[in-house]
Amino acid sequence: MHPAFSVVFFTTATGAGYGLLALLGIFGGFQIIPADFWLGIVGLGLALGLIAAGLLSSTGHLGRPERAWRAFSQWRSSWLSREGVASVITFIPAGLFGIGWLFFGRTGGWVAIAGFLAAIGAVVTVCTTGMIYASLKPIAQWHSRYTLPAYLIFATMTGSVLLNALLQSFGVASIAVLALSLLITLLGWGWKLATWRHNDRLEIPTTANTATGLAGGTVRSLEWPHTEENYLLKEMGFRIARKHSAKLRRITQALAFWLPMLLLVAVFSVPYPFAAVLSALAAIAQFAGMLVERWLFFAEAKHTVTLYYGR
Amino acid sequence: MTCLPAHPDKKLGLVIDLDTCVGCQACVTACKEWNTGGHMAPLTDIDPYGGHVDGVWFNRVHSYEHTTEMGGRTVNFPRSCLHCETPACVTVCPTGASYKRASDGIVLVDEDKCIGCKLCSWACPYGAREFDSDVGVMKKCTLCVDRIYNDNLAEEDRVPACVAACPTSARHFGDLGDPQSAVSQLVAERGGVDLMPELGYHPTNKYLPPRAHTQRAASVPAKALEPVRAEGGFLGWVDRMLSN
Repeated sequence: MHPAFSVVFFTTATGAGYGLLALLGIFGGFQIIPADFWLGIVGLGLALGLIAAGLLSSTGHLGRPERAWRAFSQWRSSWLSREGVASVITFIPAGLFGIGWLFFGRTGGWVAIAGFLAAIGAVVTVCTTGMIYASLKPIAQWHSRYTLPAYLIFATMTGSVLLNALLQSFGVASIAVLALSLLITLLGWGWKLATWRHNDRLEIPTTANTATGLAGGTVRSLEWPHTEENYLLKEMGFRIARKHSAKLRRITQALAFWLPMLLLVAVFSVPYPFAAVLSALAAIAQFAGMLVERWLFFAEAKHTVTLYYGR
Repeated sequence: MTCLPAHPDKKLGLVIDLDTCVGCQACVTACKEWNTGGHMAPLTDIDPYGGHVDGVWFNRVHSYEHTTEMGGRTVNFPRSCLHCETPACVTVCPTGASYKRASDGIVLVDEDKCIGCKLCSWACPYGAREFDSDVGVMKKCTLCVDRIYNDNLAEEDRVPACVAACPTSARHFGDLGDPQSAVSQLVAERGGVDLMPELGYHPTNKYLPPRAHTQRAASVPAKALEPVRAEGGFLGWVDRMLSN
């Protein structure tokens, strides 16, 4: 599948944004993190900013972005429509939570309830994003039990590493958040390794034989219907060389998992300003690593239409 | 609405005979000619006379070499929308632009509602949908909905343009929901198959596999050429002299 940058950025940014929003809602609601004005404005601003930037970026790959409002209508059948509805509805409790935190200076009572509702909305929205990909049967690498948990794990992971960086920067570090960000990064690494292992061993029942209805023997493409690449090949025939794939997997692991884990372990034992710098570096490295991960998620996915072209 | 009709009254579709298709591309050009002025018009061509030709087509003919223990043969394979009974391209559509008609099962796109998100093309395993980058919307085969019900055409012309154009009658049009229809009988008789049945899209269009190899016409290969070898006598002497 062609890794369109608008979609790669969209899923990475909204994942981190919804992860951060959910954790702010939960940790704020339970009063584990202080209702500090500047922490609130930077934290919620970053979360909602990432979400808004991601959603805006996703309209970048639409052919007719001016009609994007129509996408809220078919939630009965379409995961993409459900994603749109869930993302907009989540802004309501998130906004109330922000008003309570920033203008009333409190995160208890009704503000806590708004925070929990925002967290639920964030989880639902990330699930709908994951299901867009997990429900596509022509793409075996996506239509697997690994896809939906991956979206949830990576959203929590990038969100918690961001939250830790914020808390460390404001000098209100929480060991619980630091430990969570470290553990979930480890989980994310394990999940990605398991996913790659699963995908590398995939035995896809759809072949050139079943695609053409020609039973038995071998089916070899002799001639394409066209001489130049068409929409199908540009959009779904994207291929990545095996050697680049191996190298990019190492880059993903180094940036998204190994480096953040090393930095976060170091944060346990260094004092305030250094801990903040290391935490921020962990968040930046992980975001860059997740962009590579999401690029690979597309580039390594093979659509059944490529069978018609002998690919 | 992107929810699917429970029981379409009819299942209009095509039956394509891979035994008789000669890969002449007549159906491809007839389709383009009709539809670039039809329901989904235009079928945009990008840079048609340049080095990077691209454009929208509803029907594309591939050629394959199918090799079994019985031997090999060339199979020409027209590929277009199969008007599936459970088309994921319709249910994934977020705007309601894609729909399957309850009256005849035809899958269509309302171009005024399409936002060009391309998700339907990802959901289609057969590559039936193509994005028109000029108009910014998705396009697909309409089963010539503007021909098959067109009272302005003579009755024999009320078939999809590809069917009308086929010189070898490799394409047949009819109601595949009616077991008594000519197309259903043909599918039953020739063992017509679904493409990618394992994905569960239940395509309406059927493909008739090439007929089995027979022994009626035994293959008579030409006698193998003999290698030129040096001879004795006069001709051998001439050969040696000329070879020097």
